[in-house]
Amino acid sequence: MTAKIKEFPGTSLSEQDFKEGKVLFNFDKLNGIFAWDTGIGIGTYLAALKNGVILGSHCSTCRKTVVPPRTVCEWCYRPMDQYVPLKDTGTVNTFSLCYVTWDVKRIKEPLIPAVIEIDGASPLHGIMHMLGEVDPKDVKIGMRVQAVWKPAAERQGSINDILYFKPLKED
Amino acid sequence: MGMRKVAVVGAGMTKFVRRALETPKELSWEAAHMALQSCEMTMDDIDGVCFGTAPDTFDGVHMNGEYCSDGSGGWRKPFMRSYVGGGTGVFVPIQGWYHVASGLFDVVLVVAEEKMSSYYPHAQAAFMTIFDHTTERPLRPNLLWIFAMEMNRYMTTYGLSKEDIAQVSVLHKRNAADHPCALLGDANITLQDVLNSETLAWPVQRYDVSPVSDGAVAIVLAAEHVAKRITDKPVWIEGVGWHLDTSYWTNRDLAYPRYVEYAARMAYDMAGIKEPRKEINIAEPYDPFDYKALHHLEGLQLADRGKACELYSSGTASRTGNMPVCPSGGLLGVGNPIAAAGLMKIAELFWQLRGEAGARQVPGHPLRGLAQAWGDLMQVGTVVIMGR
Repeated sequence: MTAKIKEFPGTSLSEQDFKEGKVLFNFDKLNGIFAWDTGIGIGTYLAALKNGVILGSHCSTCRKTVVPPRTVCEWCYRPMDQYVPLKDTGTVNTFSLCYVTWDVKRIKEPLIPAVIEIDGASPLHGIMHMLGEVDPKDVKIGMRVQAVWKPAAERQGSINDILYFKPLKED
Repeated sequence: MGMRKVAVVGAGMTKFVRRALETPKELSWEAAHMALQSCEMTMDDIDGVCFGTAPDTFDGVHMNGEYCSDGSGGWRKPFMRSYVGGGTGVFVPIQGWYHVASGLFDVVLVVAEEKMSSYYPHAQAAFMTIFDHTTERPLRPNLLWIFAMEMNRYMTTYGLSKEDIAQVSVLHKRNAADHPCALLGDANITLQDVLNSETLAWPVQRYDVSPVSDGAVAIVLAAEHVAKRITDKPVWIEGVGWHLDTSYWTNRDLAYPRYVEYAARMAYDMAGIKEPRKEINIAEPYDPFDYKALHHLEGLQLADRGKACELYSSGTASRTGNMPVCPSGGLLGVGNPIAAAGLMKIAELFWQLRGEAGARQVPGHPLRGLAQAWGDLMQVGTVVIMGR
């Protein structure tokens, strides 16, 4: 059937057609302002970040410690038993060297987002954060890292209370 | 299980373009009209309409499925819109399938549409909303991060090189050169072109990524007694499967898509497939990024873990190989209008299994094909197996 059709529908436009006014368009902006409750699990997590602690939660049925903490265990669907303070060190599970911002602007110095497996959480359980104080060329999967915190007085109970993770020098 | 046999009996699609003049409604109608004409049916023959379109954010229209219902033929019909992100294009035919298999309807029109260009200046920023608003979005992430990090983990776990992965992009874009609707088909693209393209988020470079696109695809599904009346070449839906993984993506094994495995096993069981590597003649895994095709082939059990790239280097994945992969050209070549891209893979299998794929035709009268998509918060696998 595709072989029999010579001309398919669909008309291609270019950005130029907009700029030159060859097609009509309606430009509009949506107003999207939100205030999100942090909830119980993440609220407790953020309160702990304000105190300089990365918090996980533990399910004694599944013997899993997850981060960020939550109120329900996904595996057994029972309530999580307890919050557990984790260390602020971890291992780089994976990372990227990103040369574009969220709104697709080009940048020279790459951002280094990473998934960091937090010490004290179950294997492969990590959080997304940034790496800093490191030459992009030296970042490796498996690298040990430690959180760099904002000064206590400036913390707001936000994931940004951790500025980034930096390489950990272990003896 | 007392299910009726369901066949695909017609298909249609628009060109996939970066920016279409047509609105989502108009694109939907073009594809649906072509699908109905291909099997000589009219809306009077259609009992229900299943419509797939991905985030409302792209269009800035809430309830976009209902908004597009005149174009998709949903008005005055039982109408259902499904949405599982990137997985939608292969989920919406599953939704159509169960309405017919159950005996509820005899004929269902399935339409998938996406118009990504309306989001200005670039659809990329719309994806920001997939990250958790409290624990991730304050870091100002972009969608590439998640793929780049998954790709890095996949490469590092199995010791793969950028060259191993770039072969995927080369093959798919070359295949797409034979697709009349393709946005990025290129018969002469080389491995060096991919490796030398701009680095966006290492290890992801420009040619590792599928393009933002507009387009629509439609198919017609019919119960056995109807299908046999209207065509002597029905293509049967032999198995379907879908599965969801955790939304905490940083708590997951990023090197292996377990959710795709479970979706595939569900579909293989239904289709009675014991040895997928021998029984699947054409694979259309979801390939929004080149490494994702490899990742998914492994989840689909069509390659050992970390070995899917060998299908490409050995020629097995080529159009003339033993198990062609994305003979359509895939998302990397034809384009990636999210929901429509998945349904394009179903339409491709329909044309391939009927021997109507023209320049893209896989030789040797293939008997059975598999299409797969993936999406939601990087966590859903959707699989359809088709045979003649």
